[in-house]
Amino acid sequence: MSNYTIKGETGEWEVVIGLEVHAQVTSNAKLFSGAATAFGAEPNTQVSLVDAAMPGMLPVPNRECIRQAVRTGMAIDAQINKWSRFDRKNYFYADLPQGYQISQLYHPLVGEGSLTIEADEKAGIAEAKRIGIERIHVEQDAGKLMHDQHPTMSYVDLNRSGVALMEIVSKPDMRSPAEAGAYVRKLRAILRYVGSCDGNMEEGSMRADVNVSVRKPGDAFGTRTETKNVNSVRFVMAVIEGEAKRQVALIESGGTVVQETRLYDPDRNETRSMRSKEDAHDYRYFPDPDLLPLELDDAFLDECRASLPELPDAKRARYIGEGISAYNADVLTAEVEAARWFDALLEAGAKPVAAANWVTSELFGALNRLGKDISESPVSPAQAAELLGLVADGTISGSIAKQVFEKMLESGDGAAAIVDRDGLKQTSDTGAIEAEIAKVLSANADKVAQYKGGKEALFGFFVGQTMKAMQGKANPQVVNELLKKALG
Amino acid sequence: MTDLTNLTVAQIRDGHRAGDFSAVEVAEAFNANVAGAKALNAFIVETPEHALAAAKQADADRAAGTLKPLSGVPIGMKDLFATNGVQTTAASHMLEGFVPRYESTVSQKLWDAGAGMLGKLNLDQFAMGSSNETSYFGNVISPWRRKDGGPNLKEGAALAPGGSSGGSSAAIAARLCPAATGTDTGGSIRQPAAFTGISGIKPTYGRCSRWGIVAFASSLDQAGPMARDVRDCAIMLQNMAGFDAKDATSLDLPVPDWEAALSGDLKGKKVGIPREYRLDGIDPDIDAMWDAGIAMLKDAGAEVVEISLPHTKYALPAYYIIAPAEASSNLARYDGVRYGLRDLPQGAGLQDMYAATRAEGFGPEVKRRIMIGTYVLSAGFYDAYYTQAQKVRALISRDFTAAFETCDVILAPTAPSAAFGLGEKTADPLAMYLNDVFAVPASLAGLPAMSVPAALNREELPLGLQIIGKAFDEQGVLNAGLAIEERASFTARAEKWW
Repeated sequence: MSNYTIKGETGEWEVVIGLEVHAQVTSNAKLFSGAATAFGAEPNTQVSLVDAAMPGMLPVPNRECIRQAVRTGMAIDAQINKWSRFDRKNYFYADLPQGYQISQLYHPLVGEGSLTIEADEKAGIAEAKRIGIERIHVEQDAGKLMHDQHPTMSYVDLNRSGVALMEIVSKPDMRSPAEAGAYVRKLRAILRYVGSCDGNMEEGSMRADVNVSVRKPGDAFGTRTETKNVNSVRFVMAVIEGEAKRQVALIESGGTVVQETRLYDPDRNETRSMRSKEDAHDYRYFPDPDLLPLELDDAFLDECRASLPELPDAKRARYIGEGISAYNADVLTAEVEAARWFDALLEAGAKPVAAANWVTSELFGALNRLGKDISESPVSPAQAAELLGLVADGTISGSIAKQVFEKMLESGDGAAAIVDRDGLKQTSDTGAIEAEIAKVLSANADKVAQYKGGKEALFGFFVGQTMKAMQGKANPQVVNELLKKALG
Repeated sequence: MTDLTNLTVAQIRDGHRAGDFSAVEVAEAFNANVAGAKALNAFIVETPEHALAAAKQADADRAAGTLKPLSGVPIGMKDLFATNGVQTTAASHMLEGFVPRYESTVSQKLWDAGAGMLGKLNLDQFAMGSSNETSYFGNVISPWRRKDGGPNLKEGAALAPGGSSGGSSAAIAARLCPAATGTDTGGSIRQPAAFTGISGIKPTYGRCSRWGIVAFASSLDQAGPMARDVRDCAIMLQNMAGFDAKDATSLDLPVPDWEAALSGDLKGKKVGIPREYRLDGIDPDIDAMWDAGIAMLKDAGAEVVEISLPHTKYALPAYYIIAPAEASSNLARYDGVRYGLRDLPQGAGLQDMYAATRAEGFGPEVKRRIMIGTYVLSAGFYDAYYTQAQKVRALISRDFTAAFETCDVILAPTAPSAAFGLGEKTADPLAMYLNDVFAVPASLAGLPAMSVPAALNREELPLGLQIIGKAFDEQGVLNAGLAIEERASFTARAEKWW
């Protein structure tokens, strides 16, 4: 249970959240035409006769888009409807050439499923929670209006017109902005693992309609508002917080929440009313007579299932089973590219726990510094495995490994070659180490006295000094043992 | 030399093949007839150069020994089919001046088969109408004229050629083209064929691709040929039909050689006579023609059985819910944004532009159907109208399925009357809609159905008999049509007055 509440004058209010996420299906062609879908093309260069709704043009379903939606449904353990149908949602707008959007109201492709968000104490999510998903249906995206091209007219770009979207509708199962944020991140991760959506929220590949209502704990659901087209996790959370507070203040001052569509203004961090239920469109949904019902056979479904990769939850469980901390497992599985890189590292022979620690601290730190993401990492999983292997077999120490990694990043050379060339092999030569220890202790007689007087924390200081004197090449375990002996 | 424009498609094809005349001679003869028949207003655009170019190609192909199935045959194209580089209007102001850069699948198939185009034929606006009076480009006038048939009937009055394929029917009846394309949503091939004494077949839904045909009601629209006789319909249809991956409702079936299998011998066949099609108060000439048709099919060897299609009386109301519902959505694309008419009043916003453009671009009948369709799909009315109509549609289909357990084809009148006078029914849309009463059930069920000329009424106007067949059994329909054609000996033709 979330303990997130809005504190009003009349007591605590619970927030109820449902999300409709629109995810652009990764495919080369649009949902019902052969036109291309690449982002960022010149306006109106990816428009077929069908997308422009020329007279007599007809939609033909794109098999790959259907396949991706089915695979997504399978990834959230949802019921796949072998019989589904397309409906027309009728309304006029300049970015909607047909005068209707082909969607699925009555018989969606994917039925009920769910995903699990992990516990996150810092965010106030005490334990893992299952969030229900009502349905996934596929539909066409609209084009885009450009209002800044001409002083008195708007321009229309139809490149997005007809691009396939999945609308993923959650149940009203979330109770805090943090839960909603975790849901969107988890959903995004699943989509990216499956490869059905690139999850790029900045480019609009993924956006959410945020449904929010408030109630006193134990009461029935309150009236909800829907804030449209929110395009980042941060904004989703901000919308929920702001909208919940607005509703509480409204109710407590004697008003009532009206069911309405709202728009989010990120610059002012506030939502404003777009239209109320009274002037909502009557979309006159009816089955699209240009299309036959979609019937999926077992062979198609089998192929969809067989093509699914290991998904985030399964991967996370496997990592934890290999001794990796839950925190590191979360970090490693959050992005599919990182998880794939890490799996390649394990496959190259690295030990899971050490590898996880190294990737989450050393590698991620270096990439962060370099402003690169993992797919552009200058060091390959095989090269990293070689480096970690040298640490594991005692050839170099952890601190030397950091130096070697820096040199790898700079030169692109292999770890073993760098260690050989620069003479960085760790030594367990007790004679050499004891000689340096003796020098360190005599130069720091005052600290030796303090240590012996009970200030045991100084032990680390002596280790550090010895390692420094050995230029980091001493085996730390040997240093520890010899120091203990020397300090009595 | 015989007048080449009196020849049928088969005669032109065979005569050209045999070297009796050149394709250019044929094209020139029809071009001349088209040019001389402006009074009929059958064409919106004339394309004599297209017909001539195809004819020259046909003559070259003959010399090279590479003749195609329709080499040397010029035809008319209903102006609902998109033709690359040639204005395509659906007889609307909305699309006046619209020149597509694509060719409909059906017209492309016909050109690939060697046919040439004489022009784009007039029709009811967006194929909505039964008299061709809703065309923005003016009504077509039937070449037929009434003889005095009684006190209420004005002799010689201008008659409707039927609709919506009224340009096609008038042009064929007047020998402006030997054959033409039509489309049939609720009788738009069959009723005009009956009104003008020619033949026309609407095949099984899905036989002809709808790609590139301006949509009226997608679940009902079906292209088909119109011609002077059954054989020509078979020839045309087998060059129009075929699977098209660009139309999701296209039938993935091979196209039979319907012409080769034509036979008017109906021995062993059963013909169903639906008792619900006997309407009270119907023109006695219609019933008499129907009875004569029954006798002809018996003579051809068929056994005649009475059948029942119990939901027939609900077909017309269901049709006039479903077709307008689909039309209201299909015609939403004509909004002035991308092509066609745009009316942008000074200082107007987007909504004003929509309103002005659609008020200006659509005629009254189109607006009426958009309003009906919008209404029946509205929240609160959807179940009472649209859902209910779909249930009726299913029941009508079931009626036919049950009937076809006891018969092979069904015989009925095509229309409840002969051609009516222009202007006679325009004031009463319901009276106009009633014209489709016999045609609509087969459309709702997606079944093949054709009209063949069977008799003249007392005003000496043609009447048509309708044959409805099982899904995919165009052959059965054509054969029954042929049996009637062989016995009706319908040779009457409109006397030239234009």
